[in-house]
Amino acid sequence: MRKLKLLWQWFDDRTGTSELVVPLAKHLVPADARWLYVFGSATLFSFILQVVTGVGLSLLYQPSSETAYASLKYITDQAVLGYYLRAIHYWGASAMILFVGIHMIRVYLTAAYKYPREMSWISGLVLLGLTLGMGFTGQLLRWDSNGIWSAVVGAEQAGRIPLIGKFLAHFLLGGETLGGATLSRIFAIHVFLIPALLFGLLGLHLYLVIRNGISEPPVSGQMAEPENYRQNYEHMLEVKGVPFWPNASWRDTAFGLLVVAGIIFLAVVVGPPHIGTPPDPASIHSNPRPDWYFLWIFALFALMPRLIESFVIAFGPVLAVIVLFAIPFVFGRGERSPIRRPWSIGIIVFIVLMIAVLWYEGIKAPWSPDFDAKPLQASVIGQVSPEADQGARLMFSKGCLFCHNISGDGGHRGPGLTDVGNRLTADELTIKIVNGGGNMPAFGPSLTKQELSDIVAFLQTRKSH
Amino acid sequence: MNESSGKLKDPGRRNFLMNILLGVSSLAGIIIAVPVVGALLDPLLKKPPKVWRRVGEVDSFKIGDTVLVRFKNASPLPWSGMTSETASWVRRVSENEFIAFSVNCAHLGCPVRWIPDSELFLCPCHGGVYNRDGSYAAGPPPHGLSRYPWRIKNNQLEIETSPIPITTM
Repeated sequence: MRKLKLLWQWFDDRTGTSELVVPLAKHLVPADARWLYVFGSATLFSFILQVVTGVGLSLLYQPSSETAYASLKYITDQAVLGYYLRAIHYWGASAMILFVGIHMIRVYLTAAYKYPREMSWISGLVLLGLTLGMGFTGQLLRWDSNGIWSAVVGAEQAGRIPLIGKFLAHFLLGGETLGGATLSRIFAIHVFLIPALLFGLLGLHLYLVIRNGISEPPVSGQMAEPENYRQNYEHMLEVKGVPFWPNASWRDTAFGLLVVAGIIFLAVVVGPPHIGTPPDPASIHSNPRPDWYFLWIFALFALMPRLIESFVIAFGPVLAVIVLFAIPFVFGRGERSPIRRPWSIGIIVFIVLMIAVLWYEGIKAPWSPDFDAKPLQASVIGQVSPEADQGARLMFSKGCLFCHNISGDGGHRGPGLTDVGNRLTADELTIKIVNGGGNMPAFGPSLTKQELSDIVAFLQTRKSH
Repeated sequence: MNESSGKLKDPGRRNFLMNILLGVSSLAGIIIAVPVVGALLDPLLKKPPKVWRRVGEVDSFKIGDTVLVRFKNASPLPWSGMTSETASWVRRVSENEFIAFSVNCAHLGCPVRWIPDSELFLCPCHGGVYNRDGSYAAGPPPHGLSRYPWRIKNNQLEIETSPIPITTM
């Protein structure tokens, strides 16, 4: 024991570890910075978890377009605890994106980005972008049919950017088509490029916390003004500051433990994301969906008016970036309390509601045709004329049920037809089917006269009583 | 007076030389970065040749039918595996006329499916719909399906390899 202590003293003297760490650990922080302040460190813990599990995955993963799929299967089904390693990496990514979002909302609502912490906000925005970049590239590294088609969808979005769009699309794909170059570069971006930037910016982000101090919880009436903010902050710390370690850090640690426990729980109970069919661009039976954190953007693409969509895809992200970066410069001073900044609350409520609604729609995806629709059951068709019975069969074979729902069977792209007989006459039905309209294509060219009248006869029997 | 006393005889000269050294070092750094950027852009700088790929005997396509064919990209890398394949929906319009559609939806590139009985292409992602001639029918796509060049040679239908169609502004 004594020898160990001597060894430590020798090490500490030669390296200066205590001189470096103790002041950092003991630096004073506002005493009332409590549970609202744990989300940044929760993001950090998730990130560390991602680095560790990512290294583990990279030991087994084959970053080649040809063999990545087989290695993913191996990791999931055969490697020792590989199933859980993938699961933890996925849920860790989910946690990181979730807490980045909550951390950002907290910072915005308490206006912690105001003087003198503008650079914390700026570096935070870059970290947010890098984190989303990790989410996107990580999803592509799950190199199944969903992975390759997500790469195509990502390239198509980049393609909408004026002038350089096509270059960016080919840059992402590593050429004009999917191929051997695609996965290598996504792997390099996910594993080397973005992590290197993340480490650097994370260092800056944390250094700024030491340099400018944790923002104290806002009190309405107390302004963030360059003239006297720093003196007031120093004074406040002298009067009622507490050492970061352990008075404040215990909450970070406790919450971090909870987060890690939650990730492990989800990894064990829910497991890793499903690996779909092999990455074959010539197999069209793929229905690409992004992971949950991008699902709301996926929904946005389906619900946006068609005419403005290209503009929104091209300029929406640019506008969002400009607005976010401008915030600390336009609103860099003055009131910090959310009570005195009702607009900030309104904006957050609006954005959270918007994402929640889009997210809900994205899960249901009512705009997607239901290719798994089954033929109508005899019990649904009921006692009808032979023509109407034939029409009921055509409802399935002609693909009507991909988009229209009858008594619980079929998709939801178009209006339900369970009681369409109450709403439309035979003539109105005929016109609608032949010409289409709105989101319905014209079926006139692909239906014989007999088929058309059979379908109309069947639809007229669809009435609620 | 010499340097060991801690004072420079001529600080201007020392600063000047230091700046020269920094400049040359920056140049060395840039030179090293060139091949790294080269590796990044390599797949983009090589223009793949356009190649005609056989997709089947002309007689194997029925007039009025639309079928899926697959072919290899122009210059697949040895480690591309199945990702070097591309699919096309081929419609035989008449005895001597074909249309080879790209399977990529004009909206965001998802693979569209041909529904023979309703003679429509449906996209699973956001519900884009195209008519049998590939023209826009419904949903979010800004225009109809792209087409590949095709030709008939020695009684074989051939498709010319092309980039994935990227919808631009």
